[in-house]
Amino acid sequence: MKLHEYQAKELFAKYGLPVTPGVVVKHLSEIEEAILKFPGGPWVVKAQIHAGGRGKAGGVKLAKTETELHQKASDILGMTLISPQTGPQGRLVKKIFITPAIDFEKELYVSVVLDRGSRCPVLLASAEGGTEIEELAVTKPQAILKVIIDPVEGLQAYQARQLHLDLGLPKEKVNQGAKIFQDMYRMFMDLDLSLIEVNPLVVLKNGDIHCLDAKVSFEDNGLARHKEYASWRDPDEEDARELEAAEFGLSYISLDGNIGCLVNGAGLAMATADAIQHFGGMPANFLDVGGGASTKAVTAAFKIILSDSRVKAILVNIFGGIMKCDVIAQGIMDAAMEVGLKLPLVIRLEGTNVEKGKELLAQSELKYAFASSMDEAAQTVVKAAGGTIL
Amino acid sequence: MSIYLDKEAKVICQGITGSAGLFHSKACREYGTKLVGGVTPGKGGSEVEGFKVFDTVADAVKKTGANTTMIFVPALFAADAILEAAAAGIQLIVCITEGIPANDMSRTMKLLKQYPQTRLIGPNCPGIITPGEAKVGIMPGYIHKPGKIGIVSRSGTLTYEAVWQVTQLGLGQSTCIGIGGDPIVGTTHLDALEAFNKDKATQAIIMIGEIGGTAEEEAAQFVKKEMKKPVAAFIAGMTAPPGKRMGHAGAIVSGGKGTAKEKIAALEAAGITVAQSPGGIGNALVEALKGKKKGKAKSSGK
Repeated sequence: MKLHEYQAKELFAKYGLPVTPGVVVKHLSEIEEAILKFPGGPWVVKAQIHAGGRGKAGGVKLAKTETELHQKASDILGMTLISPQTGPQGRLVKKIFITPAIDFEKELYVSVVLDRGSRCPVLLASAEGGTEIEELAVTKPQAILKVIIDPVEGLQAYQARQLHLDLGLPKEKVNQGAKIFQDMYRMFMDLDLSLIEVNPLVVLKNGDIHCLDAKVSFEDNGLARHKEYASWRDPDEEDARELEAAEFGLSYISLDGNIGCLVNGAGLAMATADAIQHFGGMPANFLDVGGGASTKAVTAAFKIILSDSRVKAILVNIFGGIMKCDVIAQGIMDAAMEVGLKLPLVIRLEGTNVEKGKELLAQSELKYAFASSMDEAAQTVVKAAGGTIL
Repeated sequence: MSIYLDKEAKVICQGITGSAGLFHSKACREYGTKLVGGVTPGKGGSEVEGFKVFDTVADAVKKTGANTTMIFVPALFAADAILEAAAAGIQLIVCITEGIPANDMSRTMKLLKQYPQTRLIGPNCPGIITPGEAKVGIMPGYIHKPGKIGIVSRSGTLTYEAVWQVTQLGLGQSTCIGIGGDPIVGTTHLDALEAFNKDKATQAIIMIGEIGGTAEEEAAQFVKKEMKKPVAAFIAGMTAPPGKRMGHAGAIVSGGKGTAKEKIAALEAAGITVAQSPGGIGNALVEALKGKKKGKAKSSGK
């Protein structure tokens, strides 16, 4: 779960990390509140969306006067921001964050993520902040410093001080810098985050080190331990179908095609989407109904797939393991009846009690094509959706 | 012969009084696994469906001589269950539980280094089966057949798909391992390949990978340098958009890394026969067995 900058800064403040407070504005009428709270200016107006690259895309603006503040705020609020991370359709800006502008001398980058290779958290830092780290990783990888952290012992003060010095930060502020790195790591572990990132981390005129931006993502599995933050999820920033699916314990991801997929198991669901593409079609979604695939879950899955008007045909691919195929067949029939399915339906069932499942389907009024292998299923559905088999 | 698991294994189930734990303990027993009991803290001394229940893994080990465990403990307590098993001297820990926080696994893997004799499979995995001998996991036993093909995969149902294709070809499996779909898992593709390479009963190997991380690339390096047996593979997630978690917590393309394309290229460069469609896994194996190690396998029905 991603957080907005203003939410991340609230958490940063709790962990003693130096951030500048601000005011969240959803309507232009609320700007006066920001002026009252931080009189005099200048201010920075920042679009609050769940995607990076906001600055270059025009979502971060400096305002020197009150008139300018109104102007910039109305420019950004309601704009569709297109950055490399939003995709070509962009993101509508529904909230802005107004914060006092701060002069700084130097920009750096710092983050904590989990390093899959070493199976440990890693602190990434660079003296060349301000730009996207992915870009830096390609153009100048040697500029990124890595500190692999022992997850049992934690980030030691001496390691944090060494990093401060390696980054060329002011020597007299070494304890301040080290504390920032340690607090970031503490927050990463305490809250079970998948990412904590400050870009840029800045050096102020007096040498103090300050977090100008803040980015936080909760790790989805870890969120179960931090229920108090579940309400921080912003549904505006997420796909409505993905959220609905999650409520039913389904895993759904929107893709760009016209073939709806309903599969049990994540690996098989990915592979099914791949098979469709391999034979010249385009999947409209990835959908894992889970190993169990109950009637309730299958019905919800059908409804979600059908709510997507692009879908021209549906492929059900179930490998019944512990879950029996006859039970699944019944679920498919009930669900199809309940939602009044009219689109072409291709069913591929395999596994436990497959013969019973086939019998049930054959006796029902459901119109469908049965496929006996994965490739056949993919080819049949591609044709049904009006595509040409490659 | 087989890897990691044979019919001599004495298995307990942690979380045996839960519905999933009990259901699968019974299924494993029916398959022929020596399931000698289970652990649920606070319910020690009782019995469920003929299984003796113990309060601690240490007690279960003392009383039953168990050397293997299957974990069905809820996600937030599963890391502790893994460590309890390791501390009690269990040698093979199979953790089925899905949804363990990644940071818990990071700490757990570090702590497991104190127990070099202990192997962890999973978490978030279907488990391991040596057909005809024993199964420790949730896979349907009947789709398997004793034979000479080793299968290692990150997924559950996609593994069954591969197993089924192999069985339908009239071939069987030496051992099948689902290593799990999380970013941090105990046993990796590389570990399994090393073991299959040494196993006399394994003639060829199917490796099923998916997007995210670099485990498949590391496995490819090993195949290139050390592998003496034919390897066929499939990588799931060609259609996955960047930044989206495709069901498995580990299946995510981030910063342009871990794409299916990159992985397939690395595998092919190592001489692995890569199926272009999941329906073609069996055919890729047949081609690999023919000795046509290099190049692309044709998909069936194409």
